[in-house]
Amino acid sequence: MSQEVNLHEQVGAMTTHEVHHDEHHGHHHKETFITKYVFSQDHKMIAKQFLITGMIWAIIGGLFSVLFRLQLGFPNETFPILEDILGKWAAGGKIQPEFYYALTTMHGTVLVFFVLTAGLSGTFANFLIPLQLGARDMASPFMNMLSYWFFFIASIVMVSSLFVQTGPASGGWTVYPPLSALGDASEGSKIGMDLWLIAMALFVVSSLLGGLNYISTILNMRTKGMSMTRMPLTIWALFFTAVLGVLSFPVLLSGFILLLFDRHAGTSFYLSDIFLASTQKALPNEGGSAILYQHLFWFLGHPEVYIIILPTMGLVSDVMSANARKPIFGYMAMVGSMFAIAVLAFLVWAHHMFVTGLNPFLGAFFVLLTLLIAVPSAIKVFNWITTLWRGNLRFTPGMLFSIGFVSLFISGGLTGIFLGNSTLDIHLHDTYFVIAHFHIVMGVSAFFGMFAGIYHWFPKMYGRYLNNTLAYIHFWITLVGAYLIFWPMHYQGLAGVPRRYLDFSGWASFNQFDGLNRFISIVTIMVFAVQLLFVFNFIYSIFKGRRVTTQNPWGATTLEWTTPINPGHGNWEGEIPEVHRWAYDYGKDGRDFVPQTEAISPNESPESKH
Amino acid sequence: MRVEAMEQRKRIHPNKFTMWVAIASITMMFAGLTSAYIVKRSQPSWTSFEMPVIFWYSTAVMLASSVTIYLALNAFRERERVKYRQLITVTAVLGVLFVVLQYLGFKEIWASGISFSGAGGGQFLYIIAGLHGLHVVGGVIALIVLFFKAFSTRFRNYNPVPVEVMSTYWHFVDLLWLYLMVFFMLLQ
Repeated sequence: MSQEVNLHEQVGAMTTHEVHHDEHHGHHHKETFITKYVFSQDHKMIAKQFLITGMIWAIIGGLFSVLFRLQLGFPNETFPILEDILGKWAAGGKIQPEFYYALTTMHGTVLVFFVLTAGLSGTFANFLIPLQLGARDMASPFMNMLSYWFFFIASIVMVSSLFVQTGPASGGWTVYPPLSALGDASEGSKIGMDLWLIAMALFVVSSLLGGLNYISTILNMRTKGMSMTRMPLTIWALFFTAVLGVLSFPVLLSGFILLLFDRHAGTSFYLSDIFLASTQKALPNEGGSAILYQHLFWFLGHPEVYIIILPTMGLVSDVMSANARKPIFGYMAMVGSMFAIAVLAFLVWAHHMFVTGLNPFLGAFFVLLTLLIAVPSAIKVFNWITTLWRGNLRFTPGMLFSIGFVSLFISGGLTGIFLGNSTLDIHLHDTYFVIAHFHIVMGVSAFFGMFAGIYHWFPKMYGRYLNNTLAYIHFWITLVGAYLIFWPMHYQGLAGVPRRYLDFSGWASFNQFDGLNRFISIVTIMVFAVQLLFVFNFIYSIFKGRRVTTQNPWGATTLEWTTPINPGHGNWEGEIPEVHRWAYDYGKDGRDFVPQTEAISPNESPESKH
Repeated sequence: MRVEAMEQRKRIHPNKFTMWVAIASITMMFAGLTSAYIVKRSQPSWTSFEMPVIFWYSTAVMLASSVTIYLALNAFRERERVKYRQLITVTAVLGVLFVVLQYLGFKEIWASGISFSGAGGGQFLYIIAGLHGLHVVGGVIALIVLFFKAFSTRFRNYNPVPVEVMSTYWHFVDLLWLYLMVFFMLLQ
């Protein structure tokens, strides 16, 4: 069955097999406001829905970090305005301990899952997979729509948990039992925890529906001539991401199901003989293993960090190659290293558990496998740098963010080598060193990759450009700010400052960091303000930005730039273009670029070895 | 367009492929749960349970339903509509019967004194087999949808893809149950 037919099956109302002879009737369907903007089955609209929902989440999650940085930077000050806004959570203008933990937990949950998983993959997988592969839409546009709406409901449930009387989940984004399993143990383990689990279960369903579609589309819906090795690296990255998600999220779900039973049915999967101080009672449970939860959680949790970083690796490769006017260096090595990362992602989860009582002998294997990830990561970094090397660089905002991504990925990746050692982990675990490492390597750098993608593909999404001046301000302050925030945390961590503490004033040895903490908090507020500037730029440019006047403003080779400036549902007006070459023919035979759709001419130099 | 359509025809249909990926995903969920079972089993205070006889009947029902859906797919391909309708009806009924038998089996285990307290084989069985049951229920709902489509007088659909996807899923839940049955018997 052709893609054409498949699309009509979904887009057209009820069609039967016989009707399919009319190949083009789908373009004349009337679209109402509801079917175009709300319950849309057009992959481009769904991508925008994911992007904008993700941006709202990013503002919420970022604001949480500003609030707890206020506490960390100014532990002795009071901010009466906080009490006006937050009520009892900031009684007397001071952030209360329960609220502090709720803030950090929700900051982690929101940014890891709702922004950097759904917001990132949801946006770029939906937007770019059909456009770059030459497909009219996803394999199943309906499932794709469901994927967004499950994400939306998950968001609603998660937001609602912020407003319950006992507050949202507050046991850390990993929700380790026994704390998360015992409603009596803390305020955040009551209804907020249940809502967290429900929201996350819905989120998993959303990710799975999306992931299934991405894989199926990439493997089955490529246009004529688009062999796997001609695909842009973005698509490869999104493919590995989807595979990781589809294979690891179900395991997380099974861990959550056992947790729900421990919370409400009285089972002892994770709970053992515990005496609760708050109720002065011993629990009836016995024999449960909290480590079991950690295994199930981190079996997802580790692939999850690659689910976050892999798509940005793909985006950065494409943006960088297009703006360096050079083929990506080592295409097959890029694909191979992403494959290696995807495989290793499943084999290293226990490095999050070195100090939880894991057998040290077992730990040794996980150290080895963890350090092995340095090899494909280094290959990728090498290839990005060699792509830049002697390139004809155009410093567009997308390009700057791509270069920033590589810088951050190196800085954050190097500290991963420290943390991957189980012996060094004895000293470094649960310190600010860990915070610094993962924020730089998967938090900020993933954001940089995402920004690179947004700046580069915004013209395709909305037919307008983002404002460049605001973009450059956004880039420089974010880059410098990110380093100023997280670089000093390495030193704090090496000095032994533990994470999860809201006040160090009773700890004489850490008083030396008071000024540094204040500095970090001030920079955090500035960087957050600049992100709001970006949001302003984004919204303003949708309506008032400079119009795109040419089909291919960046002079890129890939298929999405062969569509009309504002493509309709179905993407190409006529037939789907055929692909004749790989996606990186920049600067070939003295030509600036050769689009993928151009046939190989007889006197052309041989196809690049990739 | 014609050439392209033919190219596409050689490949596996995207919906069928999606089902295979979904099966891999569901498999991972049960792999997670059964490996949790193995880990937990080697720890102290593990309790065992008696496999109820009724599960043998449910296994037989599940296997029989796999045969009927296989025949239903064949009937659909040969456009024997009456036979097809009968066979998917039988399959759906067998699916419901399976779920009922599972429930009776659970009741038997519950009656033997294994409740939700603790975390032994019984508690795992409730959750793992319960989740499997939910997947069967999902399959039955899909079968009912197919059933009504087969009786719709407004549209005559000869597209075999939905039926093929359905039968793939049904064979999968069947195999999954066989795996779980063997797993529980070997590792009680």
